[in-house]
Amino acid sequence: MLIVVCIKQVPDTTQVQIDPVTNTLVRDGIPFIVNPYDTHALEEALRLKDRFGCKVAAISMGPPNAEGTLKKALALGVDYAILLSDRVFGGADTLATSNVLAAAIAKLHTEVDEVVLVLCGKQTIDGDTAQVGPGIASRLDYRQLTLVDKIVNLDLPAKKIRVSRKLEGRHEIVDAPLPAMLTVVRELNRPRYPRVQMRLAAADTVVEVWNNQILQLDEQKIGLKGSPTWVSKIFSPERDKGEILGDGYADPAGTAALLIDKLMAKDMLPL
Amino acid sequence: MTPTPSIFAPLLIASLAVFAWGCWKRLSLISLGQPENRSDNIGTRFGDMLRYAFCQKRVVAKPFGFNHFIIFWSFLILIIANTEFILNGLFPHTVKLVKLPFELYVPLAFMIDIASLLALIAVTVAAVRRIFSPPYPEARTLEAFFILGLIATLMLASFGLNATELAAYMFKSGADPASFITTAQRIMPISAQVAWVLPQMYLGAIHTAAWWAHALALMAFICYLPNSKHMHILTAIPNCFFHRLEKPNTQPREKFAVGNTFGVGTVDRYSWKDLLDSFSCTECGRCQNVCPASITGKPLNPRALIHDIKVNLLENGAALKKGGTVQTPLIGGGGEGSVSEDSIWSCTTCGACMEACPVLIEQMPKIIQLRRHLVESEAKFPEELLNLFENMEGRSNPWGIAPSERTKWCSQLDIKPFDKNTTEYLFFVGCAGSFDSRNKHVSIAMSQLLDKAGVSWGILGKDEKCCGDSVRRLGNEYVFDKMARENVATFIERGVKKVITQCPHCFTTLKNDYQQYGLELEVIHHSELLRNLVQDGRLVMDKTTGEMGTTVFHDSCYLGRHNDIYDAPRAVIEMATGQAPSEMERNRNNAFCCGAGGGRMWMEEHVGERINLTRVNEALTQKPDTICVACPYCLTMFEDGLKDVKADNVKVRDVAEVMAEALLR
Repeated sequence: MLIVVCIKQVPDTTQVQIDPVTNTLVRDGIPFIVNPYDTHALEEALRLKDRFGCKVAAISMGPPNAEGTLKKALALGVDYAILLSDRVFGGADTLATSNVLAAAIAKLHTEVDEVVLVLCGKQTIDGDTAQVGPGIASRLDYRQLTLVDKIVNLDLPAKKIRVSRKLEGRHEIVDAPLPAMLTVVRELNRPRYPRVQMRLAAADTVVEVWNNQILQLDEQKIGLKGSPTWVSKIFSPERDKGEILGDGYADPAGTAALLIDKLMAKDMLPL
Repeated sequence: MTPTPSIFAPLLIASLAVFAWGCWKRLSLISLGQPENRSDNIGTRFGDMLRYAFCQKRVVAKPFGFNHFIIFWSFLILIIANTEFILNGLFPHTVKLVKLPFELYVPLAFMIDIASLLALIAVTVAAVRRIFSPPYPEARTLEAFFILGLIATLMLASFGLNATELAAYMFKSGADPASFITTAQRIMPISAQVAWVLPQMYLGAIHTAAWWAHALALMAFICYLPNSKHMHILTAIPNCFFHRLEKPNTQPREKFAVGNTFGVGTVDRYSWKDLLDSFSCTECGRCQNVCPASITGKPLNPRALIHDIKVNLLENGAALKKGGTVQTPLIGGGGEGSVSEDSIWSCTTCGACMEACPVLIEQMPKIIQLRRHLVESEAKFPEELLNLFENMEGRSNPWGIAPSERTKWCSQLDIKPFDKNTTEYLFFVGCAGSFDSRNKHVSIAMSQLLDKAGVSWGILGKDEKCCGDSVRRLGNEYVFDKMARENVATFIERGVKKVITQCPHCFTTLKNDYQQYGLELEVIHHSELLRNLVQDGRLVMDKTTGEMGTTVFHDSCYLGRHNDIYDAPRAVIEMATGQAPSEMERNRNNAFCCGAGGGRMWMEEHVGERINLTRVNEALTQKPDTICVACPYCLTMFEDGLKDVKADNVKVRDVAEVMAEALLR
């Protein structure tokens, strides 16, 4: 049995800036990280591997340098790491992306082992759509369980799963048959830290790359051509520049008083 | 009245066999350790051995140390007497000191007699001390009293032996007892006193009893020695010879290649010297009495750590020699011979244990080796460190703040980037100085002082990255290695030669750790630079500040103990305030850690009293208006501690702030 984790390489958003002229992300020199939500999906897959002995495959669609993200997954202990990379995959929206990912999962299912679970982060921190996971479930006709904060029970022989979903102000316990696609929230677990031996082994591993010659998808359904939506503009919301009030170090009490006056004048401190 | 060689010889041979077997059993285990070169600079090593082992430099520095000094030197002198005793026991009447020329015999006999008395007094003092005021509570062991009793027996028996021989000679020669004793007193003052009171009719019986008591005690001692903590008698001297000559302020690099192991997970991964250390420990307890973790009730006890390593080696030695699997785990086994994870994480790497150890055992590096195993091979560490490790690796600062914010502290100031053609000094601001709101004030004070003195300086700005001190001391050598290589490349590329740091952790890492990467920087701590600038007349102290009131100075471990800088920060305070700071009870190389070193800055302190509170309370006994520090971690720990004890009226200031107060305000 195989668990597939979908991970994405994203720019470290705390360090991203937008070019005011071209309205695009300035990516030069910005470090990439594994999408934080995906690290929890990966961790959960590895815990299930520790518990049930099933295999784990990590897949990622992205440019060739997204190999680093998959090497991180290898260092943590996944059995297979596959990069879905081809120029024709580029410029994809969430629909076209889920087409590629679903095709890769289907291929793993037929060629490697029976896929029982697909795990995704609830969303990525760069696109923030939260649509790719559900898209994969729809394409593959898997049950979709979003916002999972706990796998309450996994019964592999009976092919059943029970999860807790974290919703606004409440939790929902949901049963579903396998195979299922889960998107996970941060509360699910605490990701592990890689062992050095594994990191070194991962660094020496060549990550398998699947392009469209291997996946054989209709070019009208992938990449820019397969994307009914596109980003027309990116911009930072305008924000008034703040000001530094007083000197909190030399005169903490006076500065606090100044702040209170200021907030009251703006009617932000209801008394 | 003669010893019986036919009984004594087989007993002696048996006890020597036990001795040899015991020595072999233990010392052969040392060869299980990893290779490490400790044979360089023979001259220095020889000198250190004389200083620390034979002159007992550190032993005598503490109360009751002189007592040990006496026992040690008595033993050396009594080796002559005991050699005579053994040879005489094997070949009666052939080997006697008395057959030596008179001019040689008299001082020798006198020395032996006096040494025996001094040893007897010293072991009595040691026993009384151990009963009423033990060095540490667990020190009242049967083993300790047994060995003291054995030494006392040896001394008493030798007096009995010498006295009966003197008395027998007196009666045989028919000399006048009074004048005989007067003469004998000049040779063996104590034995002669005893001889005076011995009844003639029992002389033979007393002599035989004393002889056999001495023989049995001596053989018991020989058998016991290599099988107990008293093995230090044999190992302490070579241990001092092979000690680490350079200060233990760095850890060795590791080679990152597939198939290598990292840190120490089984006892044979330690170096041979680490294993020799474990056999050299006397369990005097001085390390635990200065250890901030031990004192504040944490599970770490450096004495127990060394003991556990020894026990582990003894228990697993046979299996390890055969290449088999170990029975007792080195980490987390729960019993004797196993070190708990909690104790491994309790260490602040302050180095007080190593400064205190009379036989130069290196405790702290052994803890870091265990940390390396836990972090690198098992990925097991307190959960609060996960964020730290990821922040350090991903964003090169402990808080995970965006690197682009590194220059925010100086956004209102006119500061130039470092340029190798025009700038003399790189001011390496450090993470605390760049991101921590309190410590930014120190950076600002420093930049103003540098400008006032006309120093040519600049910063790396957004290219500055964390030095990696915390991750290295926490055993995450893999990440440290990456950070160090990046930083070293930056320094070389930017042509940095001279660096100012305001943080002792940056200071020691740039100065000492990066040397392992082939980077020789001239690193100066800001306290030294400020002192030099005043001494060179570049900062003119035309007035002093009264703002600070009475001051007390706290030594940072990585400035003081690890790098021997004690006077510069004190000088800066005196220049700025006109008065030398007062001293806490524990100061300079005996100073007590603030609790933040060794990566403890980023960890919770769940057990026992908080280390910073202990130190804050010690500082408050000096009734200071201002506690002066020279380290951002110490600054944070003291401010937090003062809030906890509600001592709001006491300020904490970095030495740069103290000087800026006098010069700029």
